[in-house]
Amino acid sequence: MAWLLFLVPLLFAAVTLVVPSNRWRPWLVPIGGLTHLGLTAVALIGEPVSALGGWLVLDPLSTLVLGFVSLMFWICSLYAPAYLALRPDRSNRVFCACLMGMLGMMSLVILSHHLGLMWVAIEATTLTSAPLLFFNHNSRSLEATWKYLLIGSVGIALALLGTFFLAYSSIREGLEPTLLLDDLVHLAPRLSAPWLHAAFVLLLVGYGTKMGLAPMHTWKPDAYGEAPGLVGALLATGVTSCAFLAILRFFQICHNAPEAAFAREILIFMGLLSMAVAAVFVIRQRDFKRMLAYSSVEHMGILVLGIGIGGLATFGALLHMITNGLTKGVLFLSAGNIHRAYERKNTDEVSGAIRRLPISGPLFLAGFLMVTGSPPGGPFISEFTILIGTIHAGKYWIAGLFLSLLAIVFIGMGATVLRVVQGTPSAKALATPYRDRPQLVIPIILFFVLALSLGVMIPSPLETQLHQAVAYLEGGHP
Amino acid sequence: MNKFIDPILVLVLLLNFVVLGASRMRTLIQAVALQGILLGILIALAHGSLMVWVALMALVTILLKGVVIPRMLFDAIRDVVIRREVEPLVGFIASLFLGAVGTGLALLFSQTLPIARSDMGSLIVPAALSTVLTGFLMLTTRTKAITQVVGYLILENGVFIFGMLLMEAIPFLVELGVLLDLFVAIFVMGIIIHKISREFSSVSTRMLSELKE
Repeated sequence: MAWLLFLVPLLFAAVTLVVPSNRWRPWLVPIGGLTHLGLTAVALIGEPVSALGGWLVLDPLSTLVLGFVSLMFWICSLYAPAYLALRPDRSNRVFCACLMGMLGMMSLVILSHHLGLMWVAIEATTLTSAPLLFFNHNSRSLEATWKYLLIGSVGIALALLGTFFLAYSSIREGLEPTLLLDDLVHLAPRLSAPWLHAAFVLLLVGYGTKMGLAPMHTWKPDAYGEAPGLVGALLATGVTSCAFLAILRFFQICHNAPEAAFAREILIFMGLLSMAVAAVFVIRQRDFKRMLAYSSVEHMGILVLGIGIGGLATFGALLHMITNGLTKGVLFLSAGNIHRAYERKNTDEVSGAIRRLPISGPLFLAGFLMVTGSPPGGPFISEFTILIGTIHAGKYWIAGLFLSLLAIVFIGMGATVLRVVQGTPSAKALATPYRDRPQLVIPIILFFVLALSLGVMIPSPLETQLHQAVAYLEGGHP
Repeated sequence: MNKFIDPILVLVLLLNFVVLGASRMRTLIQAVALQGILLGILIALAHGSLMVWVALMALVTILLKGVVIPRMLFDAIRDVVIRREVEPLVGFIASLFLGAVGTGLALLFSQTLPIARSDMGSLIVPAALSTVLTGFLMLTTRTKAITQVVGYLILENGVFIFGMLLMEAIPFLVELGVLLDLFVAIFVMGIIIHKISREFSSVSTRMLSELKE
């Protein structure tokens, strides 16, 4: 079972490489996505998944992430055929293969309980997403891809050094060297403290680069600004969730060591810094796709902040990973449609999206309202939970800072989004051939309904899973 | 610990200085290739016993870091006219000086680190730290795409040297995966360098400044 979860997408990737028809090839992506979703469902309700002598394990935390990423990918994949049909001039062979390859590598990251293997898989997600960013083949996407690849690879190299430091912290104390998560969690109290400190910092910088935490976020506005909306959605939810999971793995080890307080402080600091940097850059942001990138930096900050505070806020952070991800799906895909319709992404030239695109336009506005925490959207519930958790923990000034930064981002994003959706579209924008069509809006509506319904009610299986994940993360020995 | 390890690490450190002071692309790539071959030899020495997988790992490292990746880099610059890094943000003499200071600090700093008794006195930790610093210096002060890739390779070599301390902890499969990722990364970077040179008729990353706030 564990093998199938990442080998089947790779098989689909291989098949897309040999299918000759540019027109029919994209349909393999939703079929592959659906197959993966089916396998995930079997894995979730079936027997515990474990393979390769404890290297590949589905624990409560990875179960949550796997379910989310698989669902996310499937909905995004529904968008792919119609999107690629808009670009018949361009071969989509590499694009489709990389999409499926990325799904396979994300599954491998999620399943890995061996930290070395996890590193290999995370680097592979960087490499499979580079050709996706370069899909537009122009000088701007070239620049974005180069920055993404170089900054991402350097960050990931530091994470490898951190992984090595972690392994060395056990050798230093004369313990059997290991990189298996379960062993390290058991050994945590006996690991060498200075090496563990250094390892956590390097890993947070390394995987934080991948996640897009400030100040290592500089690739993000360029990459999300130039990537097709579909790729932006997958990067902002799937890949960043995998990097977040990697950070959680190391947090889990530190949590069982005397270094827990140190790890928490540094997470809180990074979280608030990311939110503050996003708040500064989101104000007067003219490019609405770059604005989404800063929103992503902000929400990655909220995730690590929640983990840093712990307890109820951890529950909120894990829920926020899902609610923010679903809302980002709404935003990136509808922004992609608006970009297609106007062929511009600067608010000086884009206005009146509600009139120009009667479905994508309002969904973009609704997505903005939800992602900034307006009730009754899903992110409202998760952000509120994190806030309550912060107050319960007695960290009043952090709660105050959290609320004020959320308010600043709301105002900053609001100015840009309202410029996009209000007003009248220019004659040039009305003349472009793009029209909203079912295949391009159904995935957005699906994301919207899911994100909204999580705000109204959290289904009990999800709630149970979230509680189990929190217990697994913070409860000590597995 | 084998008595040949430290002399080889000294050679690796000297190559860092060659890289920091070189302006010709050919010299840069040849220095990195030589460093890769030395790392392969180190793997064989660090283990003492020549088991099959150790020999295989050393061979793969030498082939990849010493032959295949340098060949890809040569291919990437073949069609591009530029043969020299002429406009570093920090001059060559200053880079050499910074490199020397970094190496000195790495040696001093390693003395204070809590290192396991069996690894005391070895040059592995200072060499790893100093090589990582050299990589960072190259990445931040050079403007040509190809020199930045060389910087990334040196950084990776530094991490690799630290890995010598934990040969037992890291399974063969994972080490192969790390090398495979490195290979694909350089492959993709090579393609992009090629595209950059076609798009801008230059491999300077200074041209890549359209996207900013």
